[in-house]
Formats: sequence, structure tokens, C-alpha cells
Amino acid sequence: MTSQEEVTEIGGVSALRFLWRQLTSMRTALILLLLLGVFAIPGSLIPQRTQNPMKVREYFVNDPTLATWMDRLSLFDVYGSPWFSAIYILLFISLIGCVLPRTVEHFKASRALPPLTPKYLERMEFHQSWKASGSELENARSWLRKKRFRIQESNGALSTEKGYLRETGNLFFHLALILILIGVSLGALFGMKGEAILSVGERFINIPTTYDSLSYGKLFNDRSLSPFTLTIDDFQAKYDSLTNAPQDYTLTVTATDKPGATPVKRIIKVNSPLSFGATNVYLQANGFSPIVTVRNKAGDVVLQGAIPFLPQDANLTSIGAIKVPDSDPQLGFVASFVPTAGRDAVRGAISVYPEALDPKLLFSIWKGDLGLDRGTPQSVYRIDTSKMKQIGLNSLKIGETFSFAEGSITFDNLVPWVNLQVVRDPGKIYALLGAIVAILGLLGSLFTRRRRIWVRVNQNGTIEVAGLAKNAAPGLEKEIAELVTHLQKERT
Amino acid sequence: MTHSSWAYLSNYLIYSAMAVYTLAFFAHAYETAWAVRAPEGPAVEGNLLVKTLDYSRTERVARIATAFMILGFLLLFAGVVARGISAGRVPWGNMYEFSITGALAFCGAYLVALRKYDLRWLGLLVSTSVLLTLGTAITVLYRPSAPLVPALKSTWLVIHVSAAIVSGGVFLLANTIAAAYLYLDSMEQKGERKAWAKRLPSLEVLDQLSYRLVAFVFPLWTFAVIAGAIWAEHAWGRYWGWDPKETWAFITWVAYAAYLHARVTVGWRGRKAAWLCLFAGSTFLFNYVYVNIWGTGKHTYSGL
Ligand code: HEM
Repeated sequence: MTSQEEVTEIGGVSALRFLWRQLTSMRTALILLLLLGVFAIPGSLIPQRTQNPMKVREYFVNDPTLATWMDRLSLFDVYGSPWFSAIYILLFISLIGCVLPRTVEHFKASRALPPLTPKYLERMEFHQSWKASGSELENARSWLRKKRFRIQESNGALSTEKGYLRETGNLFFHLALILILIGVSLGALFGMKGEAILSVGERFINIPTTYDSLSYGKLFNDRSLSPFTLTIDDFQAKYDSLTNAPQDYTLTVTATDKPGATPVKRIIKVNSPLSFGATNVYLQANGFSPIVTVRNKAGDVVLQGAIPFLPQDANLTSIGAIKVPDSDPQLGFVASFVPTAGRDAVRGAISVYPEALDPKLLFSIWKGDLGLDRGTPQSVYRIDTSKMKQIGLNSLKIGETFSFAEGSITFDNLVPWVNLQVVRDPGKIYALLGAIVAILGLLGSLFTRRRRIWVRVNQNGTIEVAGLAKNAAPGLEKEIAELVTHLQKERT
Repeated sequence: MTHSSWAYLSNYLIYSAMAVYTLAFFAHAYETAWAVRAPEGPAVEGNLLVKTLDYSRTERVARIATAFMILGFLLLFAGVVARGISAGRVPWGNMYEFSITGALAFCGAYLVALRKYDLRWLGLLVSTSVLLTLGTAITVLYRPSAPLVPALKSTWLVIHVSAAIVSGGVFLLANTIAAAYLYLDSMEQKGERKAWAKRLPSLEVLDQLSYRLVAFVFPLWTFAVIAGAIWAEHAWGRYWGWDPKETWAFITWVAYAAYLHARVTVGWRGRKAAWLCLFAGSTFLFNYVYVNIWGTGKHTYSGL
């Protein structure tokens, strides 16, 4: 019995060893690499939750059964899916299992001398031999040394090698890939990302409640939020008057790093974020907020302020909702805003230029129950009119007022709003470092030729020269020809 | 000169380049078709191939063909530069501009490689591809010259896009050679090479050459992807977001890494390696054509 048990145990260990050897084999690495490439494809063809949640929702509306199945296979979340993770985790285990032993080996080899000269040099590439005149070995030695070959000499034979950088570079490249993965993971675990819409004049304090949306890494908490504040001073958008294409966005803010610090004026542009340590603030999108005042029948102000509208096209035709929960009955304005008014046969009122040259606010007025206290979250740009009744329809220019049965609305002015994205990624510096090392390693590896050259003077007075290039790298032939010419020139 | 006259000049230069490439195409076609019609004299011992085939009568045409390729390259280069001047920026703002610059890089890669290797036979394929690219660019993809949208205003545009375009040019050249390998290989499997194909390099040379081209630009492509990530970090607040364009750049990178692996560590050569090379190259093309035109995501600069 005991002996049998022992046998199975050894069997288990050797099975493990067998698996490990399989996993770290070159063939497995190749297969895993190809799989990684192929399995990345579906995520680029099927909409992903992280990028395009609307499209994903459409799938669920159009064909719920199919969508549910796709969801079970993580097809809407490919790059976080168990199967995609499995591939890259296996690949990196294989990478570590492969590279660490090679690093140790290479470290040893890089301090050792090249192996002794083989017996039969004529089997090597570019073998040449001729009658020696005496000083060749010395000349060869100095020539090879000048070219920084590593030399092992014994019994009238030189065994030399050059190009260790190839393996060094290759190892650094593979190790750097691990560093990149570490950087990416740190970012995912300790990072955060949030968005906030702010009208010009408003203040942003970096606490969770100021955000419209906010997501954390698994190991991030509220206290890790950097304690800065921003005041939105000014936003300028420039457009090309021929093509209407945007040319420049400039956002001016007053920033304080932490409570009590002196405020400083700063500028944020599309390609130049504002940094607070590992936290960056990016300018993402912009639009207009009409400023309106709504009064009730008695003439008391029931709502006043800037209300962000959501752009629908490149000319900033925008939709929005003005909700007045504090009036009795509740009022709602289903509205659209056009910075430069124009008409389209199909769409009706549209904007024809993205700057506010001829701004107009168009709306229908509803009274009844806005449904705000029903607990279901509502879009700030839309009104649920199912429990309301339409009581009017109108449009206003800046400064105009429209009175209706339940009160009045004034379009006072407008301010631009900006969408700020706040991102903290403490891992990106490691990823960048890894990327730089990876490229340097690649360059070292792919542009270095590793080769051996042997020179031997035989008993019978002939001299032999031969070489061998790893991976059949080109260029050795020329090098040997140079060496031979050098040696033969010395002779004459 | 005003902006629009630079733009007109650019268009004229592109049209002229197309005309010159057409001439190059015909010259190469003539060379390929007529070079080996008349075996001359008895085969002498030794280098049998050269002795029995006559290339001399098309040598002049072949030289002219190469001259046309160089002239076409220069005209195209001037056209791309003029386009940049007309827009007051680097000429890489939309798909039309990517295409003319890409064709320039492809042709440039061919001419550079031609200095080192006997690749003249590839001229027929190169001129055809360049003509097709320019033709599509000017008919389907053309957009008036205009300034850049804010997201594209960055030094990283210059760095990232130039690296990507040069890599693309060399990858496509490597692909063309891999395709030629497969074609000639299947011809040899059936028997001897046809007369016109006899002067093309041996399979071994083609195999090595496409490998060397890939190994040469792989670091540059790696750099292009990383530069793109750095730029994305500046513009969008994340360096990697699995946007379709990024995903396909990654797939191309992984595919070429697999190709290098297959060659260096597993020892793939010949057909298998050539197919893998073609696969990797097609992911690059797919990214360019499909993702630019039909794809979604943040990289919507085709201008279409
Ligand atoms: C993320 C996955 C990997 C990538 C992107 C990758 C990429 C590459 C590239 C581009 C090369 C060729 C360039 C050069 O010679 O330096 C290479 C070579 C090599 N890789 Fe990898 N590799 C990966 C994983 C692995 C794994 C898992 C192993 C081991 C099982 C491995 C072992 C090797 C070896 C031995 C070489 C050739 C060294 C030589 O003789 O020059 N790699 N790799």
C-alpha cells in the first residue's frame, strides 16, 4: 500500500512538472500570443459596456435572449472577461517561467568566456584556411579585441564571441512587459475616474458628491481623492467659419491644490490637462446652459439658474429640461436650445453654427407631476410627461419673457458649460517606464547580431578561420572577410 | 501663394505622380512579360539560369521603370508637403491625407530596400498598389484642405502618426514579399518556375527578406502604439481604453510579435511564416480601412 501511495505522489509531482514545462514552452507561448490577438477581436466588433453603454442597451432591447446569452459570455465586457483574463494571465505566467531562468542563465553566461574552439572548424559557416606565416594569431587577437569580442584562448586557438546585448535586450524587453502589466493593474486597483458638468462661474470641489458620475478602483477610497478645488472662470471656443469645425477650446480656471493654498489661474486645453499629483483634470466636452427665471402666478421667483443642455450635433443644437418642482402645480419645460437659429425641413429648428450668434430657446410647457419623488433616477435632460398636461408652446430670445396661465418664464442669458473628466492613475508611470524599457530592449535585441568567430593555427602550419551566427543573422560573412584580409595583409 | 493655391498645387502633384506611376507600371509590366522570351545560345555549365535567359533586351525598360518609380515618389512627396502647407499643419488630419502619405511611405520603403536588395521585380506590384491607393484616395476619400480639430492639435500627432505610417509602409512591403513567396512556392510545387519568374529571387531570399523587414520595423510599430497611448492619455485621460482603433493596433502588434516568436523561437520558416505574416499585415489593413470608415469610437478622423 505504502509503495503504491508513493508512486502516485511522485506521479502527481511529475505531472505538475510536466504541466509547468508545457506552459513555459515556446510553442505554448506562441499559441497564447496568437490567442490573445484573436480573442481581442470580438471586443472591437461588439459594443462594449465601458465605451458604448447605449449601444449595449440597444442589443438588450432588440433581442433580449441573444443579448442575455452574449452577456453570459462576457461579450459586452471582453477585456475584463474571465476568458480574456485567463489568456493573458497564462501568458504572463509562461513569460515569467520562461524569462526568469533565462535571466539567471544569461547572467552566468555573460561573465563566462566563450566555449573552447570546436574540433572540426570546417563544418562551420564561412570556413577558410591558408598557410600561416606566424603572427596571425596575435594580429587576430588584437583585431578581435579592438572589435570588443570576448576571447577565450587555448592551445593556439581563439574562441571569440560578440553580441551578448541581443539576449540582454531580449530579456529586458520581456521583463518590461511584466512591468507594463503591473502598471496597468495598479491603475485599475488604485485609480479613479469621474465626470462633472460645470457652467462657467461654478465651483468644483473634489469630493464624491460634486461628480455626475464616479468610479473607483477596488482599492481606492474617498479619502484618496486629492483635495483640490476649481472655479470655472471662462471658456472660449473658436470655430472655423467655413466648415464650422472646432479650432480651439480654452478653459480658464482658478485652482487651489488644497484648502488654504493660494489660488492660481490655470489654463486647460484638449491636449493639455491640469495635474494635481497623480490626478489629472481633462476638458472633454462643452455646450450651453441657458439662464432662466421662472415665476408663478403671483410673480414670485420659483426657479432661477443656469441649466445645462445636451448637444445633439456638431453645431450644438441641444436638448434640455427645465424642471420646476417648487411651484404649485409643478411645471416642466421640454426644451431645445439653438446657439444660431436656423430651420431644417425635417428636424425643424436647428442650429447652423456652434457659436451663440442668434440664440433661441424653444419649449413646450407642461404642468402636473414631474415624478421626481418616485425614487427612480431621471435624466436631467428629459422630463417624464406621462403624468403631465401640455399647456403651451413658445420660443424666446435673450431678454424676452413669455407669460402663460400658471406664470412666466424669462430667458435671461446663457453661459457655456464644460464637461471635466478627473482621472487618477498612480500606475501609469510604471507602464510608461515599462514601455520605454521594452523599446530599448527590442532595439538592442533586434539590431544586435550574436556571433562567434574562431581562429586556429594548426600543428601543420595552416591557419583556419570560421564563424557562426545565431539565427542566421546576416553580416558575418563580411566581417570574416575583413578579418581574413587583415590577417593576410599583415603577412605581405 | 494662398492656402487654396497650395491645395490646388498639391492635387496637381498627386495627379502627376499617378501619371508617372502608371508609366512605371507599364514599364515594369513590359519588363516582366518580355524579359525571358528568347533563350539564347546553348546552356553552359555553371550558372545555367543566367546563361539561358536573356534579360538584356528589357534592361533599358527596367531602368526606366525604376526611374519612373523615383520620379513618382518625388512628385508624391512634393504633393504631400504642399498639402501640409495648404492646411498649415502636418498633412495627417484625415483619411485622404493618411492614404497619400501611406502610399508615399510604401513606395519609399520599396526604394530604400531596392538599394540593398534586388527587388526590381517587385515594382509591378508596388506601382499597382500605389496607384490603387492614390486612386481611391483622390476619388473616394478626398476632402478639402482644412485645419485640425482641437483633439488632433498635438506634437504627438506628428510623432505617433509618422511612426505609424512608416511602419505601415514597411509592413505592407513585407506582406507583398510574403505573398510573392506563397505564389512562387505554389508554382514551384507544381514543377519548375515559369520563365518570367525564374529571375525572381529564390524562396529562401524572399523568406528572409520579409522577416528582416518585419524585425526592422517592429520596434517602430511598438513605438507608434506607445506614442498613441501617451497622446490618448493627454487628450482623453486614459492611455488605453480598448477603443476599436487601439484594439486593432494591439492585435497587429501581438500578431507581429507572434510572427517574430514563431521564427526565432519555434523555427517557423517558409509557408507557415508567410501566412502568419499575411495575417498580421491584414490586421493592419483592416484597422485602417474598416475601423476608420465603419468603426465607432474616439478615433473618427477619416473626415468621411
Ligand atoms: C506578452 C507576451 C510576449 C511578447 C509580446 C513577446 C514578444 C517577443 C518578441 C517581439 C520577440 C522578438 C524580438 C527579440 O528577439 O527580442 C521575442 C523573442 C523571444 N521571446 Fe517572447 N514574447 C512574449 C512572451 C514570451 C514567452 C511567454 C516566452 C517563453 C516561453 C518568450 C520567449 C522568447 C524567446 C526565447 C525569444 C527569442 C530570443 C532570441 O533568441 O532572440 N516570450 N518575444
